[in-house]
Amino acid sequence: MHVTSPVREPLIQGGKTYADVTEDICRHVEAAPTKEWKIAFGLSLIVLAYGSVCLAWTWWEGLGVWGLNKTVGWAWDITNFVWWVGIGHAGTLISAILLLFRQKWRTSINRAAEAMTIFAVICAASFILMHMGRPWMAYWALPLPNAFGSLWVNFNSPLVWDVFAISTYFSVSLVFWYIGLIPDLATIRDRATSKVSKFMYGTFAMGWDGSAKTWARYEYISLILAGLSTPLVLSVHTIVSMDFATSVIPGWHTTIFPPYFVAGAIFSGFAMVQNLMLITRVVYKLEDYITLEHIETMNKVITLTGSVVGVAYITEFFIAWYGGVEYEYYAFFNRMTGPYWWAYWAMMTCNVISPQLFWSRKLRRSISFTFFISVIVNIGMWFERFVIIVTSLHRDYIPSSWTMFSPTRYDIGDYIFSFGLFFTLFLLFSKYLPVVNMAEVKAVLRSTSAQLPAKIAGVAKVRQRGTAEPAYNKDQE
Amino acid sequence: MAELSGKYLVGVYDDDDTVLHAVPKLRKAGVKIKEVYSPFPIHGLDEALGHPRTRIGIAAFMFGVTGCCAVLTLMIWTMGYDWPMIIGGKDPISIPNYIPITFEGTVLFTAFGMVTTFLISNGLGPGSHFHPRFDVRATDNKFIMAIDMSRNSMSEEEISRALKDSGAEEVNIKQF
Repeated sequence: MHVTSPVREPLIQGGKTYADVTEDICRHVEAAPTKEWKIAFGLSLIVLAYGSVCLAWTWWEGLGVWGLNKTVGWAWDITNFVWWVGIGHAGTLISAILLLFRQKWRTSINRAAEAMTIFAVICAASFILMHMGRPWMAYWALPLPNAFGSLWVNFNSPLVWDVFAISTYFSVSLVFWYIGLIPDLATIRDRATSKVSKFMYGTFAMGWDGSAKTWARYEYISLILAGLSTPLVLSVHTIVSMDFATSVIPGWHTTIFPPYFVAGAIFSGFAMVQNLMLITRVVYKLEDYITLEHIETMNKVITLTGSVVGVAYITEFFIAWYGGVEYEYYAFFNRMTGPYWWAYWAMMTCNVISPQLFWSRKLRRSISFTFFISVIVNIGMWFERFVIIVTSLHRDYIPSSWTMFSPTRYDIGDYIFSFGLFFTLFLLFSKYLPVVNMAEVKAVLRSTSAQLPAKIAGVAKVRQRGTAEPAYNKDQE
Repeated sequence: MAELSGKYLVGVYDDDDTVLHAVPKLRKAGVKIKEVYSPFPIHGLDEALGHPRTRIGIAAFMFGVTGCCAVLTLMIWTMGYDWPMIIGGKDPISIPNYIPITFEGTVLFTAFGMVTTFLISNGLGPGSHFHPRFDVRATDNKFIMAIDMSRNSMSEEEISRALKDSGAEEVNIKQF
């Protein structure tokens, strides 16, 4: 039986039929690139080119061009790495965890969010390669037989766990995303007019025919992949947090890190999804698919995870005092009142205070305010990582080692590189692939459409929201 | 997707509910349905068609067990036997330290093994796109029912009428 909730707002507006969904979402894929897209793509390429020059120089000259010193051995590199990985997590949360929870609102945003995941993890991996300094030796982090005896990697090291976690996360996310894309690629293949697009989309759709047997298997593996991705996404940021938590640095070795990092990751990831979605829905005219309801729901998630992060900050502080370890206490006290106080309070303001404004329904449903807060949250989460890494390192056990960290133009340039890379990839994706999952939207259309067209609903009339029409459409027998 | 040959009757439906209710009706009437093609998954359709439940989950579990054992074996052998090293005072063979990588390895093998199985079992792969299909609208907004005439004893008219009665808006003939 199909039930349309009389209480909840419809997820897909405008009384769409199945054909409308196909048409609306394929339109931008089939049309020539717009002027706005070309300008955005050009800017991304310029940013990427500048970043690439900085990166090339970093590798040519060595990591001495960064602002690192003997005391602060990790700074912007790992800050950016953790920040990007965190951003990636929201995509998996939307596609996997919400699938397990049977949340229908994920269908309009999961495709773009998963794409964001993949591109964010690529950016994160680029920082891993950067901070190695000798990227041509990157394969040394893998347990490959070699001529050193064989000399294996140290499986007891969290950094090796990280290599496995990130590479697994990337590969599984890519597979999950691609499997979800196949039915939509088949749709585009069957509409394609030019030889080139017929061949390209046909190759990547791999002969998908949409038979009942295939769909049954597809749904089954989607569910298993979601079941795998859910613990995977939690494990990845847990392992990232263990890079710090298993060390002996005051301010790092705390047991709260894994859940705290995961909450922070989802928090910043959702903010980035908001930023991308708010632009995408306008540029590709998808307001009927990515509605205020979606934006509001994501804002609720941001508020929740922001509050979790806030509680974690306070807990860290309490335990630093309550634990009675003076080094630990000093590390946290120094964060608040030391030379990096501004970074700490920027993090507190952006992450703890700003999302609380979403308790107001009016602000939660305001598009410009949502965009603004999402940017603020992303800045705040970057500061969080910076605070954790740099303030914990810059004061050593020996005061003679105390120092400060300042980024050089190459620190900044390499960060800019990652932005260029991310937006270049995202723009390519949004032009050549469907940004909304057509098959899944069609599957939930019946129960979430604002106006159920008579044909779809199986009733004689079109049900208008807010009228006295019955909210239940019984199956035709 | 297997190669198609012979003569098929193709019923075109425009509603998922109609096609879902049509399948048991037609099967009761004695029509042998080859397959139904739809733009999105319809719950209960595979059971209605009498397809056996997919066993891909069992395959996935096997891949997972394989991955778990393979990764654990690799770590225990390299760290404990091939070149034991004590770094940071940790035991060479320390199962708690191996849990993260064991988990990641299990997930990796399961995901890749299962997806490969999925592609092979459905005949999906690069190069499959040269196969003919019954109706291209199956990936847009129509629900296509294919009936293999060589496997049905009923006449073309009888099946065509049964399709129309069950709600098909068009009945086409497709010869491969």
